[in-house]
Amino acid sequence: MSNDGGEVVPGREEAGYDDSTAPSGGFRKGAFGVSGSGDTSGFGGLVRVEPGGAVALHSTERPYGGYFDEVTDALIEAVGEATYAAAVQRVLVDRGEITYFVAREHLLTLVQPLRDDEALRFELCSSVSGVDYLDSGGPAVAPGRPRLHAVYHLTSMTYRRRIRLEVAVSAEDPHVPSVTGIYPTADWHERETWDMFGIVFDGHPALTRILMPDDWDGHPQRKDYPLGGIPVEYHDATIPPPDTRRAYR
Amino acid sequence: MSTTYNPSDPYAGSRETTEGRVYTVTGGDWDLTLGADPHGEERLVVNMGPQHPSTHGVLRLVLDLEGETVTKARVVIGYLHTGIEKNTEYRNWVQGTTFVTRMDYLAPLFNEAGYCMAVEKLLGIDIPQRAATIRVLVMELNRIASHLVALATFGMEMGALTGMTNGFREREMVLDLLEEITGLRMNHAYIRPGGLAQDLPEGSVEHIREFLEVMPKRVADFHRLLTGQPIWQNRLKDAGYLDLTGCVALGITGPVLRATGLAWDLRKVEPYLGYDSYDFEVPTADTCDAWGRYLVRMAEVNESLKLIEQALDRLEPGPVMVEDKKIAWPAQLSLGPDGMGNSLDHVRHIMGQSMEALIHHFKLVTEGFRVPAGQVYVPIESPRGELGYHVVSDGSTRPWRVHVRDPSFVNLQATAAMSEGGMIADVIAAIASIDPVMGGVDR
Repeated sequence: MSNDGGEVVPGREEAGYDDSTAPSGGFRKGAFGVSGSGDTSGFGGLVRVEPGGAVALHSTERPYGGYFDEVTDALIEAVGEATYAAAVQRVLVDRGEITYFVAREHLLTLVQPLRDDEALRFELCSSVSGVDYLDSGGPAVAPGRPRLHAVYHLTSMTYRRRIRLEVAVSAEDPHVPSVTGIYPTADWHERETWDMFGIVFDGHPALTRILMPDDWDGHPQRKDYPLGGIPVEYHDATIPPPDTRRAYR
Repeated sequence: MSTTYNPSDPYAGSRETTEGRVYTVTGGDWDLTLGADPHGEERLVVNMGPQHPSTHGVLRLVLDLEGETVTKARVVIGYLHTGIEKNTEYRNWVQGTTFVTRMDYLAPLFNEAGYCMAVEKLLGIDIPQRAATIRVLVMELNRIASHLVALATFGMEMGALTGMTNGFREREMVLDLLEEITGLRMNHAYIRPGGLAQDLPEGSVEHIREFLEVMPKRVADFHRLLTGQPIWQNRLKDAGYLDLTGCVALGITGPVLRATGLAWDLRKVEPYLGYDSYDFEVPTADTCDAWGRYLVRMAEVNESLKLIEQALDRLEPGPVMVEDKKIAWPAQLSLGPDGMGNSLDHVRHIMGQSMEALIHHFKLVTEGFRVPAGQVYVPIESPRGELGYHVVSDGSTRPWRVHVRDPSFVNLQATAAMSEGGMIADVIAAIASIDPVMGGVDR
């Protein structure tokens, strides 16, 4: 917890999160984020820049360390150098985990050998989910930068390795090819990601809502979707948004 | 005597008798629906659930039947969706613990541990040794409780009701221990980012040792009650068959995967919290059916007992929370006669002695600590399989995104593969052997 504004959180620079491009995630006023009432703490005039910026935009240089180099070399060998260069936009190694940022049109060309190649053998698709980076601060919100990320966690049971693939798309064109043909387990994961984020997985056998009711409007886990405040079809009940539930007046 | 066809009411034709007019009600529009079936088979669509005692909570199955054979099984979920993942984005990092613990409500301590380990990995901190040992201790207690519910409901759904009463009775012993340690029977919020809410209370170690004395006898009772019983064996054997290839393709982990003969247990293959220094086995079976999954769970209860004993033996005095006061929860919690709360010493300190301590307490509790930006994926072995936490931070005091790869959610996808082509009675055995918890499936 930092009391003073603009303090760089330890470890951010090492991890490659560049704060120098601020102003990023916006500003905070006062010591407690209070608005609408008098701040009697004496810190009311304090203005500080939020750190912000969940997406690191640089690429880690090789060698990556650990088994990451072996995996990357095997992947380059399997798909060819030209395809790899076109498919993988950048690679980020952070906190002992590797993330490949993949162009969506090349996703399946990478995933097929990742599962089948003898040197890779990522047999298990642990998880597919989404992250919405809307207004996450930092350069990630630059115009035209896609905000919806589909995140794949792959596990090699043979070599006991894990990697992460990330595909970024915009909310206006949220199409990603489905990996259900390669990993049947992705069926429900992709349905959930469609349900919650509105990412369309082309080629999915039946992309329907899974957790929300079939006729629900909107995608609840997007950042511009409110928490609460949605009318519910039950005795005309409405749940007010959290910030309006109690009024201390 | 044939019924007169009445064009104004095709389903309830009438005829006159000496007793007055008699109506004959026929099959409603089902007759028309089935009459249109080109195969002319005895096709029947049965809706099972969402409120059905053998569907483990609010799970709905739509089964296509031909006679008693299931030709198609569709699973409908979402009845227990509460938006926990979304809610965590509006609370600070410590409050997240109290949300995630309510997902898989039979394994709350695994949810807490996975979440806290993800936050700690983002923070880049190590927890004290005693905290790690107690985490192992309470998680293995929790694993026993969870498996006992799995076995109890398994018994209930197969008609072995004594299995249920026994299972819940034994589970109550574990819940009593967890209540003594954490203050709550379920939804403990005991494991916190950086360590634990509080140390083991006095006397709890002795009570756990008493439990270790009793439990092996109860496991033996379970074996005497069910394992050797011919009806139990006949109901479980060859029911819900799914082999290794099917499991990996469908992403199935946990006892279902281990019942195919693959000893894939994250405590062994990707050890965390020092599990590699404990002596325990990974039980497997090679039958690929509900029977194998039953045996694996029974054996895992014994392995958890071994782990608990070792954890008790290596408990050394020491802190249970990181030293860093910028992260550690400021309140010193204590168990009072009326429940858990702040210790009086701590209240005296912040209210009467140190204004800085009061400010610090206030800031940390209301605003919380900041977590450096980045994302991690932390998998642990829950009683149902790989429980993964994908946590993203943007550097603020709240999570940017918490996604939970819940094993029940993934494993439930195997329902169709396990039950299509089998008898309708085996659907119940198949689902019971998956042991889904709908709180985790729907989140």
